Amino acid sequence: MNREDFPMLQSNIIYFDNGATTFKPKSVIDATSYYYSEISANAHRGDYEISYKVDVAYENTRKKVANFINADREEVIFTSGATESLNMIATGFFKPILEPGDEILLTLSEHASNVLPWFRLAKECGAIIKYIELDSNLHVTVSNTMAAITPNTKVISIAGITNVVGDERPLKEIISYAHHNNIFVVVDGAQSVPHMKTDVKELDCDFLVFSAHKMCGPTGVGVLFGKKELLEVLEPINLGGGMNESFDNIDSIYLKELPTRLEAGTPNIAGVIGLSAAIDYLNKIGMDNIKLYEIKLKKYLINKLKNIPHISVLNEECDSGIVAFNVDGVFPQDVAYYLNKYNICVRAGNHCAKILKNATGIKNTVRVSLYFYNTESEIDKFVELLSDKERIVREMI
Amino acid sequence: MDSNMKREVILDNYSHPFNRGKENEGYIKVNSNNESCIDNIDLYIKFNEGILEDIKFDGEACAISTASTSIMIKNMIGKSIDEVESYIKNFEAMLNEEEYQDLDFNEAIVFDETYKQGNRKTCVTLPYRGIEKAIKEYKNSLV
Repeated sequence: MNREDFPMLQSNIIYFDNGATTFKPKSVIDATSYYYSEISANAHRGDYEISYKVDVAYENTRKKVANFINADREEVIFTSGATESLNMIATGFFKPILEPGDEILLTLSEHASNVLPWFRLAKECGAIIKYIELDSNLHVTVSNTMAAITPNTKVISIAGITNVVGDERPLKEIISYAHHNNIFVVVDGAQSVPHMKTDVKELDCDFLVFSAHKMCGPTGVGVLFGKKELLEVLEPINLGGGMNESFDNIDSIYLKELPTRLEAGTPNIAGVIGLSAAIDYLNKIGMDNIKLYEIKLKKYLINKLKNIPHISVLNEECDSGIVAFNVDGVFPQDVAYYLNKYNICVRAGNHCAKILKNATGIKNTVRVSLYFYNTESEIDKFVELLSDKERIVREMI
Repeated sequence: MDSNMKREVILDNYSHPFNRGKENEGYIKVNSNNESCIDNIDLYIKFNEGILEDIKFDGEACAISTASTSIMIKNMIGKSIDEVESYIKNFEAMLNEEEYQDLDFNEAIVFDETYKQGNRKTCVTLPYRGIEKAIKEYKNSLV
């Protein structure tokens, strides 16, 4: 749906790599361009007309993001993306409170950005990394989460939807159980926030992170949501302009209130303004409609792939538009090269989930990740190209 | 060589690569992987007084990378470091559409049109990055 809004879709490209990044509708491109061509001043100044307009646009986006995820305004921090947000949480919030022997609970299907900051933290604090066992479908269950929790568990950090398996985690139940045991929960929303309704109050998560570019917004901007009382004690990694109240010498540095306290330096203003347009755009379609449409599309794809004997799907049972598969005997990268000859963009590899192979025994896959602008006829063309294995081998080089 | 022939040579080297296997004693092991994709190979190289006496490889890579590795090994065994370095220089010139000298490229000539698919150049050159690494390591070991 809505294909006419996307300049990138006006060519004959079939874009199935939405887990990596999404295309931008004209309204988002126009919004970023509006900043650069009409109100190109710095934020947090307001001394003259255009800088005031920038401030209004910037802070209105914060309100818009807050409404989008049902948070309060000062609980929304703009970052460069989900990766930076996760690093800020691990280093700024957990580093000062974790002690040797404390446990950090992850899963083997997390993205590198939700693994490496915790690895480093564990090394620095003497904490221990543990994993919630995945079930036979590679999903996270509440009971496996409960089984993985020990009296030493201090934080659980998991994706809402994972980027290879595509399973939607039972966050609400996990968070509720975790909180009963005084455990913090960080949600990596990079693959979930763009595809479904997210309500941080209903979830009751402590932190949530996501990136604008995976939800029709610009690259280089993302969000760190944290409960206010937690953000209050999150130590800023970056100190500098915009976030300080006053300073004189090393003993007298006074920082601003939330949220600016955590946004040192000139922010990605064009990106934030673009994110505002992206949220308007998604709201217009409706997050529930997006989710329903993607699941329908994914089922359509899986049913077709299932009929091809030389294709094995890794994650038949998932609740998102992510399908990972392999063509028997063909290296995933070669499948991607073959499809590229027909202008089809898919991702081959481990998709930054480098420890997932420990659970699946499969190192690399071809991944299709759908969005609302993909269609059944695109899938038909894709499936037709994959149905003839000899053709793949013949044409992959 | 026409494009069908080239495809045959590449597929043959991919399906039945030359000297696939691991080595230990007396071999320098180097890993070579592409940042932008999942090609990942280990090379095992045995040097003897400045000559690349034997090369083996192991790992996972796409058809082009695997074929390129297989062909490279066939061409490199028995060459001196100087010969290898000048081979690589000319081979890369060929890939970049620059003037080059065919220094016994043999089957490696199948890659002379790779410039048409820019994203596959890194696949072809992957094993050469490994050889360079190994030569550096060998030279350091002599100092």
